[in-house]
Amino acid sequence: MKRALPILAVLVVLLAAIAVANPYFLEPAGFLAFLKRAAPLVILAAGQYFVVVSGEFDLSVGSLVTAEVVIAARLIDGDESVTWPVLALLIVAGLLVGLVNGVLTTKLRVPSFIVTLGMLLVLSGAVFLWTGGAPRGALSEGFRAFGRGGLGPLPWSVLILLAVGAAAIWLMRADFGKTLMATGDNERAAALSGVRVDRVKIFAFMLSGLSAAVAAILLGGFAGVSAQAGQGLEFSAITAVVLGGVVLGGGRGSVLAAMAGAVTLEALFTLLNLYGISGALESTVQGVIIIAAVAAGAIRLPRKSTPRRGDAHAAP
Amino acid sequence: MPRLEAAIAVSAALVLAGCTTDKPTDTTQPAPPATSAESSGTGAQSKFFVQADFDAQLAMRSQTPQGPAAKPWEQAIDPKMIDTAQYKKDGPYHLCFSNAAVNNPWRQVGWKTMQAEVGLHEEIEKFTALDAEGKDDKQISDIAELQAKGCDALIVSPNTTATLTPAVTAACGKVPVIVFDRGVETDCPVTFIKPIGGYAFGADAAEFLAEKVPAGGKVLALRILPGVDVLETRWSAAKVIFDKSSLQVVGVEFTDGDAAKTKSIVSDYIQRHGTIDGVWMDAGATAVAAVEAFEDAGLPVPPINGEDQQDFLQKWKDTGLTAVAPTYPTYQWRTPIIAALKILKGEEVPETWNLPQPKVTSDNLPAYLKPNMPPLHYALCGCEDLPGFPEAWGGKKS
Repeated sequence: MKRALPILAVLVVLLAAIAVANPYFLEPAGFLAFLKRAAPLVILAAGQYFVVVSGEFDLSVGSLVTAEVVIAARLIDGDESVTWPVLALLIVAGLLVGLVNGVLTTKLRVPSFIVTLGMLLVLSGAVFLWTGGAPRGALSEGFRAFGRGGLGPLPWSVLILLAVGAAAIWLMRADFGKTLMATGDNERAAALSGVRVDRVKIFAFMLSGLSAAVAAILLGGFAGVSAQAGQGLEFSAITAVVLGGVVLGGGRGSVLAAMAGAVTLEALFTLLNLYGISGALESTVQGVIIIAAVAAGAIRLPRKSTPRRGDAHAAP
Repeated sequence: MPRLEAAIAVSAALVLAGCTTDKPTDTTQPAPPATSAESSGTGAQSKFFVQADFDAQLAMRSQTPQGPAAKPWEQAIDPKMIDTAQYKKDGPYHLCFSNAAVNNPWRQVGWKTMQAEVGLHEEIEKFTALDAEGKDDKQISDIAELQAKGCDALIVSPNTTATLTPAVTAACGKVPVIVFDRGVETDCPVTFIKPIGGYAFGADAAEFLAEKVPAGGKVLALRILPGVDVLETRWSAAKVIFDKSSLQVVGVEFTDGDAAKTKSIVSDYIQRHGTIDGVWMDAGATAVAAVEAFEDAGLPVPPINGEDQQDFLQKWKDTGLTAVAPTYPTYQWRTPIIAALKILKGEEVPETWNLPQPKVTSDNLPAYLKPNMPPLHYALCGCEDLPGFPEAWGGKKS
């Protein structure tokens, strides 16, 4: 919790600024609508966190989201009865892409930056080849319910977000989280002390793929079929994680802070829109955040002494 | 306190970003604003706006096109016929096509329609097409490559107007050239085929809103992205109409053609203004997302325009929208093949082939809605009589 404090402070300031411009935001319906919109990015950020904290990157999540939405539409084609099998298939496909990313990174020793960048290109190329640029088919109402509908006033996507968040926090408190953090902090030391480094990293990539699958289900449900569903999401997810104070290179940061970073980013976009600032600025803001946050991290590194690094992975 | 530093850096970045940004509706060109522009909220006029073209296109909408009414792709509005005897030669023919891209549903539907049209003509012995994948440089080399293939006629759908002009000019000297969709800045092609144009599209939608939305109503304008001539004309025509109307344009936003972004923007405006009384769009691909934003907010959907895409027409019918769908008909992809054959047979063709550009209204909606077509199909494909319909366009036989 302590690690998430600075980003939570920023988030509160942003939320207050939104509320000033738009009092409706403070009402439950307004706030839930905001959370519903933020849910896919927050879930992606949680997945990205596992990879980043293990010292790697996953740039493939954006095009994985697009691929999954397009595949779902093509396979479902408006047919309600195949909704659940396709949902299961999407989850498996997400895990599989993560598995491939992880195996290539760990076993073949290809830097994850290259592996996942390649995966991004492979997936977007494959989607383009398969659809010829225009997705076919349609999602069923049952599929779309996850992104549009809700349980009474509570949107499904917010409930799914809470479940994913709880699971992510639990995972980081479990043995897996401690070994993951140790791997990211010092891979060699972790390996020498008996951590199966490769297996831990592969699992982290699979979690990221899984989060992309869940985000795809929510995004496709929210807005329908689109060949641009996941465009730029990999950078939004990495920005969110960095904004949450998670250090690129691994070993430090909490998953709660990463998810708070995603909510903050979404709040920021909402605020920019409320004040009539062009959406084109979103990518500029993301770029500034990534550079500023990493620079802030780099500036203080020399001043820091090792004991602090030691306690970094004591508590997630 | 490293994280605090990061937080401060981030906050500072935000402040900076906020300070250096103007309202999104301001274009870089400070064109002289129309007198009522201030009050109607439409911002400065686009630098792409040409009054004479605007007037000509709006006038063309009410002119009766010449040619068979059942085949709008063969019709022409106010054609100035030119002699093509100099290009006459005996068949069979080898037609070539340099395509800008097939990277969106509109171009996909058009491309399939063109291929089917080629299949209708036995005198076409060979049809060579190269896809430039949306890249100017590739299209320039494609056009050069096609000239070496012994084409009898070259059809070009330019990726961009200015950059492709020299390549088209060079080709004109060797082979009769037919340009369609976007134009080039030279009159060397034998004929230039296009629907009426973007001004007519934007005006059709804006006039509908001016009629249906109560006086003083709040209108949200959604555009894909700035700076593209074919889209700027649509918005600049709408701006002229809105400036003359009593409507209040509360926002002009860019959606990047992304459904999720569109839905978020519309939801934000609904929250901010309580309600929105009309939605204008420069393209219909995300119209359904805009409609859903109202549905999800539990509000009635106000008057809105889309395009002739199947998903919007279906939504229109299912929920009884107050809507209009101006079109940029995909049947224009049939015309270049017909024109090429006319030219090679020495028959007259219009110098500028202005195709009719119908709009879908609640009266003619049932005629255009084809329940078995895929959601991203364009209804005005003029492809229903072509072999392979509907399967080749992704539809199912009913």
